[in-house]
Amino acid sequence: MNSDLLSLARDLVSALERSDEAKADEILDQVAGLRETQLFKEIGRLTRQLHDTMVSFSVDSKIAAMAEHDIPDAKERLHYVIAMTEQAADQTLTAVEELMPVSDDLSAQINQLSGQWSRFLDREMPFEEFKAMSADLSQYFEQSRASLDKIQAGLSDILMAQGFQDITGQIIRRVIDLVQDLEGSMVNLIKISSRKISPSTGPAEHPELPGPVVPGVDDRAGDVATSQVDVDDLLSSLGF
Amino acid sequence: MRILVVDDFSTMRRIVKNLLKDLGFTNTVEADDGKTALPILEKGGVDFLITDWNMPGMTGIDLLKAVRSSPHLANLPVLMVTAEAKREQIIMAAQAGVNGYVIKPFTAATLKEKIEKIFERIDG
Repeated sequence: MNSDLLSLARDLVSALERSDEAKADEILDQVAGLRETQLFKEIGRLTRQLHDTMVSFSVDSKIAAMAEHDIPDAKERLHYVIAMTEQAADQTLTAVEELMPVSDDLSAQINQLSGQWSRFLDREMPFEEFKAMSADLSQYFEQSRASLDKIQAGLSDILMAQGFQDITGQIIRRVIDLVQDLEGSMVNLIKISSRKISPSTGPAEHPELPGPVVPGVDDRAGDVATSQVDVDDLLSSLGF
Repeated sequence: MRILVVDDFSTMRRIVKNLLKDLGFTNTVEADDGKTALPILEKGGVDFLITDWNMPGMTGIDLLKAVRSSPHLANLPVLMVTAEAKREQIIMAAQAGVNGYVIKPFTAATLKEKIEKIFERIDG
């Protein structure tokens, strides 16, 4: 371009020396045209720079939004996970602690009765003692039925307590997604600030489904059912 | 009575299966999402479907819609057992034709009550 400009300048000088004004004007127009092209190129460069800056700004604000909302949210969700696992462990331990003495009593009684029963089989038991043993046996049957009911209820409690694994699993998956999102945004930010690679402009993927309700996080808007009673009320209002 | 239990968490499938056993339903089948559940349903012989909502592959709501739009499965009773608790979701499930909706975490008594209620309606 510089050589173009130089030859145009030479032509201009010779035209002026020849007093060829028409030619000189024409050359001056050509020089102006060249300058315009340069100007457009510069505007293009500036526009590109502005665009990049805007994109980096939007990534920046995404990180800010994450720091403001998503990270505290994630912290509350993880606290809820701790609370749920603690509750499940408590429920399981309580059931086990309550069942151990029940099982110990059953075992002690059965030992005692089986000793008596052996004596009876060996014909070593006087009739009076046999009568007492019969009464003991009746009582034992009654007691063991109650004990077995207790054991059944305790086992059912232990079973239900394991439901935490599903809920906490779903919550932790969401937090992992958030951490991945955050990582992606930070990588983009680093790429932009070093101006090596343009950032990906796709928005962060949000989970399609709201998932488990974390008290204090997901029930703020009041658009969730916080108990089975809420669900039942809603369904019955729909004619269920 | 053959019952299909669909949930992506095996722990939850075991819990539901054990509760069903307590209620006297010992004939259960399992699937971990809608995609694996549908072929089992289409093969026939399933009388009751208990499904989660949020599952990879095919969600419970899509499974419910597929069941309702299939001529020979349309009347299958479906109970949804899910952590999804937004009002709009419960309404969506109701509109898709669910027979019962239980939110997690639930109690054994709740599950029993909902299952019995569904059977009462079918029998009555």
